[in-house]
Amino acid sequence: MTSPGDSGMRETWPLWEVFVRASRGLSHVHAGSLHAPDEIMAVRNARDLYTRRAEGVSVWVVRAAAITASDPDAKDSFFESPQGKEYRHATYYTESDAVPHL
Amino acid sequence: MSHSTNHIASTAITPESIAQSLASSSDLPDVAVATYALGLGDDALVLAQRLGEWIARAPELEEDVALGNIGLDQLGHARSFLTYAGSAFGKTEDELAYFRDEPEFLNHQLFEQPNGDFAQTIAKQMIASVYFVALYRGLAASNDAMLAAIAAKAAKEVDYHLDHCVQWVKRLGLGTAESNRRMQRGLEVMWAFADELFRSDAPTDSLVALGIAVSPSSLRPAFDALVPPLIVASGLTVPVTTFTRGGGRAGLHSESLGPLLAEMQVLARAHPGASW
Amino acid sequence: MNTTTDVTTDARADARAAQIADEAGERRFNELLASESRVEPSDWMPEGYRKTLIRQISQHGHSEIIGMQPESNWIARAPSLKRKAILMAKVQDEAGHGLYLYSAAQTLGVDRETMFDQLITGKAKYSSIFNYTTPTWADMGSIGWLVDGAAICNQVPLCRVSYGPYGRAMVRICKEESFHQRQGFEILLELMRGTDAQKEMAQESVNRWYAPALMMFGPPDEDSPNSKQSMAWNIKRFSNDDLRQRFVDMLVPQAEILGVTLPDAALRWNEERGHYDFGDLDWSEFHEVLAGRGPANTIRVSRRREAHENGAWVREAARAYADAQAESRRGLVA
Repeated sequence: MTSPGDSGMRETWPLWEVFVRASRGLSHVHAGSLHAPDEIMAVRNARDLYTRRAEGVSVWVVRAAAITASDPDAKDSFFESPQGKEYRHATYYTESDAVPHL
Repeated sequence: MSHSTNHIASTAITPESIAQSLASSSDLPDVAVATYALGLGDDALVLAQRLGEWIARAPELEEDVALGNIGLDQLGHARSFLTYAGSAFGKTEDELAYFRDEPEFLNHQLFEQPNGDFAQTIAKQMIASVYFVALYRGLAASNDAMLAAIAAKAAKEVDYHLDHCVQWVKRLGLGTAESNRRMQRGLEVMWAFADELFRSDAPTDSLVALGIAVSPSSLRPAFDALVPPLIVASGLTVPVTTFTRGGGRAGLHSESLGPLLAEMQVLARAHPGASW
Repeated sequence: MNTTTDVTTDARADARAAQIADEAGERRFNELLASESRVEPSDWMPEGYRKTLIRQISQHGHSEIIGMQPESNWIARAPSLKRKAILMAKVQDEAGHGLYLYSAAQTLGVDRETMFDQLITGKAKYSSIFNYTTPTWADMGSIGWLVDGAAICNQVPLCRVSYGPYGRAMVRICKEESFHQRQGFEILLELMRGTDAQKEMAQESVNRWYAPALMMFGPPDEDSPNSKQSMAWNIKRFSNDDLRQRFVDMLVPQAEILGVTLPDAALRWNEERGHYDFGDLDWSEFHEVLAGRGPANTIRVSRRREAHENGAWVREAARAYADAQAESRRGLVA
């Protein structure tokens, strides 16, 4: 399962996904897609398209076809396990709510 | 996403900030410096005008945006240089852009050349960008603080323009037989206008002696070191140098500037004194 | 062993499994809509939903792309360098918006080349407003103030549309568009503060754009057969007439600030409704223009076709170069 919208070799220029780091210290976040003939042009097109209002200090591009996504048909079994395991979150531990610095 | 735009914090030099600082300054450029700035401003303005013609016509949407960015950078350089130049003559950037006639425009002839096809535009942009990169890097160290400040910002921007053009020269040169043929033709058309960029003239030379201007002939080695090898590596042939008259800095132009100015100035001149 | 029977049985079992999956998918889809959640590309969705979205998003994208032309027409002649820069940046944004929208449509299985093809062969519709021409500079003001103003009214609610990629594209677009309407308003404001000729230019332009801008919200609700289904799917959040009313209510005080007259004799405050009443629109004109018989349909589409066809050799060259580079990298590895 690749990124939605990938048209394989059908289009003259393939689809790329763009990730932008808004400022130092933050992760790259998915900003959108674009078409480009290769990775060199893709990263430049990403700069021209997704950072022209100073939205970023770094961009990543990746071929949409190169993305592996979790299987949408297995959604329930894939993401069921964490449900009901609230003990993984600090909020589960109410007895210590009133204790300072804990 | 409020953190995603930091343009408010930007302290970048703008035509408006230049006009503002000049309004309260007694340190205005003399006529020689202003005339030099005018030539630089006209180069960028005429090139920006040509780039604007590409918008909504580029080979792909991504390239519409890319050429738009380059055009906007050039227009920004033009406005900064013209604002500075105008302060010596009591004129605004718009009075200079819209109410001078063709012989008063001091741009090199390369910049006024028609776009032609995408390859021809890339050929022109590539020659222009190599020139600008070398020029603005030198000018950033000018003894004239305003020219140095404008050039320092512009130098970073034209670096990117050059990179964009280099990428396209490679792709068009080595892409298909048709793109190679078109890229070669584009180079042939534009090559004749390259030499003018590196010719010295007396007014510029006297500013070079003062450490204000950059000597045009000093930029030639950078061009020769980069451009012919790029052309050859892209499967293309370096065109034979042809004689051109040049003279843009003295107000002599090719057949292309007149129509460009007629279009650019038509509305402003129909309403003299109007504000927009 | 009877192979034919086996195949038939298998096919039946497959069909049954698909049906069960569809039913589960549909339940999930309805739950997502009911809880105002978002549908993502890999989710099950009804064919009608997918088709409606493809049509709506691609038409929206086409409108942005065609919408570049009436304004790019004035970049070369913009009367000040500041206006030239603003207009270039705006038209450039429209290329970006078209691109974001095409990307959103592409997640539904239709790629950009197909959408371009539909546009340049005249098969696809786009907002009829862009088939009007822009003979004067004041039209840059009217497009920003009235056309972008109407577009923003339409688009802001779409940031909450049920289809995730469309909503995300709209968030980005609305953020970028916020300057478009303001710059248009300021163009008109400058003209109205200017010479008599400039004031006249502004008023004449507003006269031409007012009614077409109101028609951008689409036909009256009673003549808009698909609206109900689209509202149920959360891909349309307010009715055409509601949005149009909201727009007129915003427009009147803005026109007063500008000092322009809106060309509508029936325009007056209705105390009882708490809204402005406005006159009937000429929907026969709307349908004519939409059907491709407007002043500039042919020009717009052929200009787009020209750009696309003139760019083909460039796109192919870049592809050939990329293929050759990839090939030589593989050669090095092998």
